Amino acid sequence: MKAKTIKKNIALIILIIGALISFIPFFWLIRSSLMTNVEIFEFPPKLLPEDFIWSNYTEIFSIINFGLYVKNTLYILIPCLIGTVFTSCLCGYAFARLRFPGRNIWFGAIIATMMLPPAVTLIPTFMMWSKLGGINTYWPLVFPSFFGGGGFFIFLMRQFFLNIPKELDESALIDGASYFQIFTKILLPLVKPAMLVIGFFTFTNVWNDFFGPLIYLNDESKFTLALGLLQLKGSYSSDWNLMMAAAAVMVIPAVLIFFIGQRYFIEGISLTGIKG
Amino acid sequence: MNLEKEIKVGTGVPKAITKKTKIRSLHRKEAIAGYIFALPAILGLLLWTIGPMIASLIMSFTNWKIIGASEWVGFQNYVNIFTNDIYFKKSLWVTFYFAFGSTLFTLLSALIVALLMNMNVKGQSVFRTMYYLPVIVPAVASNILWLWLFNPDFGLLNTILDFLGLPTLMWIYDESTAIPSLILLSIWSCGGTALIFLAGLQDVPKQLLEAVDIDGGNVWHKFRYVTIPTITPVIFFNLIMGLIGSFQAFTQAYVMTEGGPNNATFFYVYLIFREAFLQNNMGYASALAWILFIIIALFTLFIFRSSKDWVHYGGAK
Repeated sequence: MKAKTIKKNIALIILIIGALISFIPFFWLIRSSLMTNVEIFEFPPKLLPEDFIWSNYTEIFSIINFGLYVKNTLYILIPCLIGTVFTSCLCGYAFARLRFPGRNIWFGAIIATMMLPPAVTLIPTFMMWSKLGGINTYWPLVFPSFFGGGGFFIFLMRQFFLNIPKELDESALIDGASYFQIFTKILLPLVKPAMLVIGFFTFTNVWNDFFGPLIYLNDESKFTLALGLLQLKGSYSSDWNLMMAAAAVMVIPAVLIFFIGQRYFIEGISLTGIKG
Repeated sequence: MNLEKEIKVGTGVPKAITKKTKIRSLHRKEAIAGYIFALPAILGLLLWTIGPMIASLIMSFTNWKIIGASEWVGFQNYVNIFTNDIYFKKSLWVTFYFAFGSTLFTLLSALIVALLMNMNVKGQSVFRTMYYLPVIVPAVASNILWLWLFNPDFGLLNTILDFLGLPTLMWIYDESTAIPSLILLSIWSCGGTALIFLAGLQDVPKQLLEAVDIDGGNVWHKFRYVTIPTITPVIFFNLIMGLIGSFQAFTQAYVMTEGGPNNATFFYVYLIFREAFLQNNMGYASALAWILFIIIALFTLFIFRSSKDWVHYGGAK
C-alpha cells in the first residue's frame, strides 16, 4: 500500500513538471506581450515586465486592421458552424440508422478520405474556384462545410447516433412517423451533446485555419486573423512585443472556448481512438 | 375440390404479394430516405475528393498554368521531378526525417503522459486540460510564439540553457538542429494524442492486471503483456494519423523558416505550394502531389498489412 502511494506521488511530480514545461510558453507569450520593445531585448531577460504595457494590445488594432480581421474570421466561422453541425447530423443519422444499398461502401470511402493528403485535391479545387470566380471571396472557405464536415465529423456523429437505443425510432416508425419527423423530433434533441462536440471542433478548425485563407484570400480587407498575424510578422518583424500581443489575441479566444467546451472536446477526442 | 383449391390458391397468392411489396416499398422508402440524408456526404465525397483527385491526376500529365493554354506532356513532369528537380530529393528526405522523428517522439511522450495520468493521480482533469492546451493554440500563433522562444539571442530556450550552464543552440537557424527543433514543437502539443491514449488505457481490463499481480508479475510484466496488447489498436490509430499529419507539415516552413536554413526544412508540401502558387506550375505541382499521395498510401498500406501481426482487437468487447 505504501509503495503504491510513493509511486503515485512520483507520477504526480513528473506530471506537474511536464505540465509546467508545457505551460511556460504561454507564460512567455503573455509576459512578452506586456513589455516595451526595449525591455523585451534586455539581457539577461527579465521574468516579468517592470510596467505592464497594456497599450500593446490597443496598438495592434491601430497599426493593422486587426478588428476587421476578427470580424472577417467570425464572418467565415458562423456559416461554417451552421453547415457543419447541420449536415453532419443528417449524414450521421443516415449512416447509423437507415439501410440503403451501398451504405457501407460510401461510409468506408468517406472514412478513407481522412487519410488522404489535402495536397492532392488542393490544386484542382483551387482551379475550380478560380474558374467560378471564387478567389478572394469566402465561398471556398465556407461552402465545403455544407457537405457533412468531412470524414471525422461524420464518423463522430454516427457513433453518437449508434448509442441511441433503436427502439425509440422503431416505435415512432410503427406509429406512422416519417424519417424526417423521427430525425427532427426524436433523435436531434438526443444528439445535442454531439452537436456541441462538433461545434467546438469546428470553431477551432476555422479559427486556426491558415492554409485556406492563405491560398484563397488576396485582398487585405478580406484577411482573417491568421493572415493578419502573418502580415504583422512581415511588417513589424522586430516588434516582438506587438507580435506576442497579436498572437495572444488569437490564442485567448481559442483557450476560452476550450475551457467552456472542455467536456465536449475531451468526449470527442476520447471517442476518436476507441473505434478508430 | 379442384375449383376450391384454385380459389384458395388464387386468394392466397395476391395476399402474399401485397405483403411482400409492402415490405419492399418500406425498404425502398428507407433507402430513398437514406440517400437523401446521406446526400451531403456523398456529394461531398464526389465533389471535394474523388473529382479533384481524378482532375489532379490528369493535370499531372499536362503543363497546366493558371493562365494560357495547356498541353499534354505525358510523363514529362514525373521525369523532371525525378531527374531535374534539385529540391525534390532534399524535401523528401527532410519530410521523412521530420515525419518519423515527430511521430515517434510525440507518440512516446503522449504514451508516458497518458500512463502517468492513468495512475489515478489527484487532479487528473486539471492535467488533461494543461496538456491539451497547446493543441488548442492556432498554428500561426504557436509558430510565431516558438519563433520567439527559439530566438538565439533573446529567446527563452537559450536563456534556460544559459541559466543551467549549458551551451546555447541556434535552434531553427542551424541546419543540423532545425528539424529537431520543430520536433520539439510537435512534442509540446502531444496532448491530443495523450488523451486518445488515456481513453484507450481506461479500457485495459482490471481483472487481467490483477491476474498478473496474483501470478507474481511486476509492473513491467503488466505493461508488456496486458497494457500494451490492449492498446495496440490505439497505438495503430495514433501512428497512422501522426505519420499522415506530419508528412504534410507546411505551416512551420512557411511561417518560421521559409524552408531554410540551407533548405533544411524544405517540407514536401512547401515545395508543392511554391510550385503551384508562386511559380504557377499547376501541372507540375499536381505530379508532386500525386507522388506524395502514393508515398503516404504505400506507408499506410504497409502499416495496415503489418498490423495483423501486432494489433490485437479484443474479442470480449
